[in-house]
Amino acid sequence: MIEETVALTKREVKKWMKNPFLLFMMLVQPVIWLGLFGKAMNLTGLISVPPDLLNQLPPQFQDQLPILLNRMISETFGGTTDYFTYMAAGMLSVIVLFTAMFTGMSVVWDRRFGFLNKLLVAPIPRGSIVLAKVTSSVIRGMFQVLLVFGIAFAFGLQVGNAFGILDFFGMLSALFLLSLGLSSMFLAITIRIKSHETVIAVANLLNLPLMFASNALFPIKQMPEWLQTIARVNPISYAADAVRTFILHSSAGFDAAKVAVDFQFLIGFALIFSLAGILIARTGLRKG
Amino acid sequence: MHVIEANNLTKRFGNLVAVDQVSFSVEEGEIFGFLGPNGAGKTTTINMFTTILNPTEGSAKVGGFNVDKQDAKVREIVGLVPQDLTVDEDLTGMENMMLQAKLYHVPTKVAKERIRDVLNLVRLTDAANRRVETYSGGMRKLLELAEGLIHHPKVLFLDEPTLGLDVQTRVVIWEYIKKLRDEHRITMFLTTHYMEEADVLCDRIAIIDHGKIVALDTPQNLKDSLGGDIIELEFNRKMDDQTKTLSSLPQVKDVKKIGDMYRIKVPKGEKALPEIMENMLRMNLRIGRVSLVKPTLDQVYLEYTGRSLRETQSETGEIWRRMMTLRRMQG
Repeated sequence: MIEETVALTKREVKKWMKNPFLLFMMLVQPVIWLGLFGKAMNLTGLISVPPDLLNQLPPQFQDQLPILLNRMISETFGGTTDYFTYMAAGMLSVIVLFTAMFTGMSVVWDRRFGFLNKLLVAPIPRGSIVLAKVTSSVIRGMFQVLLVFGIAFAFGLQVGNAFGILDFFGMLSALFLLSLGLSSMFLAITIRIKSHETVIAVANLLNLPLMFASNALFPIKQMPEWLQTIARVNPISYAADAVRTFILHSSAGFDAAKVAVDFQFLIGFALIFSLAGILIARTGLRKG
Repeated sequence: MHVIEANNLTKRFGNLVAVDQVSFSVEEGEIFGFLGPNGAGKTTTINMFTTILNPTEGSAKVGGFNVDKQDAKVREIVGLVPQDLTVDEDLTGMENMMLQAKLYHVPTKVAKERIRDVLNLVRLTDAANRRVETYSGGMRKLLELAEGLIHHPKVLFLDEPTLGLDVQTRVVIWEYIKKLRDEHRITMFLTTHYMEEADVLCDRIAIIDHGKIVALDTPQNLKDSLGGDIIELEFNRKMDDQTKTLSSLPQVKDVKKIGDMYRIKVPKGEKALPEIMENMLRMNLRIGRVSLVKPTLDQVYLEYTGRSLRETQSETGEIWRRMMTLRRMQG
């Protein structure tokens, strides 16, 4: 089982390494999002007080007001006044979502080109086929996360002043759990699908709502009630929240209790969805 | 011992009966062919024997193992060269082979030796470290063949092994298949819709149409079943209808007159022709033109499957795959 899984995972990784163009294309979208969307929105500028208004205020308020406003923004945006940093942290979870979706596509390709049949004829446990897909998707997701993190850093991501190696690995483990759960979920959904069009339709149907109905791009608090409900069960919210808390780790404090809740949810999500997903996908490979 | 056995094997997809009550058996070392038009049920049959599909009714056995209940055992002894080109384009020939070896639990050291031998055999040694993307259609098919042999299967299933290939490559593959049988005693089951291929390669042929076996015999017997050869002759001048005279000659089974030409059916053309000529001369009938037509498998095939090209129902997925296969063949 392990030997076959390793062999098949290697194949996936090799395929992917040999297509740098594809890798590049996969990165274009998040980078554009980061650059255009993340950089375009300037939170402190958005609600700054015009100078003539400011001058009418008593002098003691003039000094207090910007601090007050920044404090308000920071509370809403999980501890940063820089929207780019807020969003970049969320984008890492979105990348994981996009990559997981790609797993589904690769299954359909394998089915269409007959490669899947070749695997089904081979004397290997069906589970190894499924496991290799999930493993390679997670590897790929984590690789993209590292790249985008590097790019965001170069673009001016402001990490907290106490951000260290432990926070870095904490961030990666949250994203790992998200990747595991989402990859398995997409695999279970797409394993019986035979056409690309259907997969793309399904992916679009799930992707945008999953991305927007979370705190990846906007704070949950500002959302209408019904959207908040969805965002609260959306694993992306929990991963993004954990990642953000790690990235913004400052000497002023670290909300360990919140991260613990995030991880509880993520571990549960990863366990349930990977087990269920892998089981469903395995039966999806059953004989017709 | 029957290496391959089908007993009333049936596969239904909803209302469509893809394979209908098929029974046959294949001996060890035999090359057995399934000949039929597209959509006749050839691939479905292979898919059942290679454990991709379960039979709806009846049973299929390979090496004595039931494909349904003992599928794991069947997979160990079976090799498949699928109709689609399933070798991975992004990997090199060598990487494809190594992956296949891993999937069949061939130890790395043994695998390396076998890969060297088998690549040599299919003349792909020089291209082994190139990406399959750069291979021609024929090379891909040869690599596919090589992959099917890496674990030394007892039985090899070949689904349209030469679909879309040029004549030279086709002949190379034919030679290779024969060599495998002669040197390794591998039992082979192949499907094709090329008559010539079935004729050259197969010890026995089953003609399958609409999921049913309509004829099963050696290529020679099938040809003989048409009733023999045909002599076509014309006299050197216009004359009265000579059908009666010709029919009365020994050996002649049937005479048809088409315009000025007579089509004479005889069991053995080579023997009958000189005798007919002699008889004609004795009767002072001079022959202007004569030809001997040997029956081909084409005629057998058309005799059993009907003359017209049929619209075949197939899944869009299948059509797409076939298209992609053909396109890559040209690449």
